[in-house]
Amino acid sequence: MESEAVNLKLYSHWMSSCSFRVRIALNLKGLKYHYVAVTASSKSDPEFLKLNPLALIPVLVDGDFVLAESLAIIMYLDDKYPQYPLLPHDIPKRALNFQVAHIVASSIQPFQNMGFLNNFIEKKVGPHEKLPWAQSVIRKGFTALEKLLKDQAGRYATGDEIFLADLFLAPQLYSAYKRFNISMVVFCVLITP
Amino acid sequence: MIVLYSYWLSSCSWRIRFALCLKEFEKLNPLHCVPVLADDHVVVSDSYAIFLYLEEKYTQKPLLPVDPQIRALNLQIASMINSSIQPYHMISALKDMEKMFGAETKQWAQYKIDKGFLALEKLLKDVAGKYATGEHIYMADVFLAPQIMQAVNRFDIDMSKYPTLRRLSETYKGLAEFHASSPQSQPDACITNNNL
Repeated sequence: MESEAVNLKLYSHWMSSCSFRVRIALNLKGLKYHYVAVTASSKSDPEFLKLNPLALIPVLVDGDFVLAESLAIIMYLDDKYPQYPLLPHDIPKRALNFQVAHIVASSIQPFQNMGFLNNFIEKKVGPHEKLPWAQSVIRKGFTALEKLLKDQAGRYATGDEIFLADLFLAPQLYSAYKRFNISMVVFCVLITP
Repeated sequence: MIVLYSYWLSSCSWRIRFALCLKEFEKLNPLHCVPVLADDHVVVSDSYAIFLYLEEKYTQKPLLPVDPQIRALNLQIASMINSSIQPYHMISALKDMEKMFGAETKQWAQYKIDKGFLALEKLLKDVAGKYATGEHIYMADVFLAPQIMQAVNRFDIDMSKYPTLRRLSETYKGLAEFHASSPQSQPDACITNNNL
């Protein structure tokens, strides 16, 4: 797909699953963007904090407009750049996509991101508990997603086209497999390519 | 017929009760779960998904603006609450952490709420009007109202540090829909009083 020339800047980290979601959206829509790599130390930079007071990534800058939170960014891109729609027209199916996105974004990712694992689990309990905790959170979330999607999934999570749910699932699955050694054997729907 | 499965103390359930009241639905039959909405054959859980479903299907009293940037800002604020603040003080999550680690979790929850509120205060101080993103009540307000109440009532958050959020909270308290949707107005409030 030809890239559309636009004035977009994405503050991102290569390992961040939240940033990964937005990068998928930008690529599917064929949108060119300037990639700004954010490191742990640059997150406390006052210039970055002006963009996102929560010091989280991703942050999208579109001209003068600054937006954080991956779901808000993806929906903004979907409204403004309608090529390759990331939500279906059917309202219940849209709701299903929002539901999947939020299970990942609120019930799984916050409890296994580096901030939580290092600042709470490691400090309160010890480094040896980080992996078992992360694995338990992910397995619980994946079990819920498996039940939700077993009668809905086609080639992709909610049918035969890529939609919002897939943008949230793909990075989470990648992270679960690569970083946390989750065995996907019991998750028949999630493991299907 | 819409059925809302709700828990009187749940801030997530409160958001949806607030949205339903603002859209002038009659009171529904709450049951004892975090929000699940059953609308004929459609079942939706998760307050963010339920909110957007209601907004798209029932267009009376819109709770998202037309302007794309203010719309995106509302989605951002709701996401900040739904993903970066509320999960860390959810009753079930705190109980899991206490059970697994025996750790003191109330201080952690307060730390995360304060961090999130500081960020929201910075974000809103230049955009808020009568409500969070201007002169009309929108999604950001529906998510903020229960969050602020929970922070004050359950976690003793000092709101003097967040003047914009505090002012908004006082505005919400003046709304009939806020009171109709608040925990104390729910039929299950007295039954589960010992869950406080």
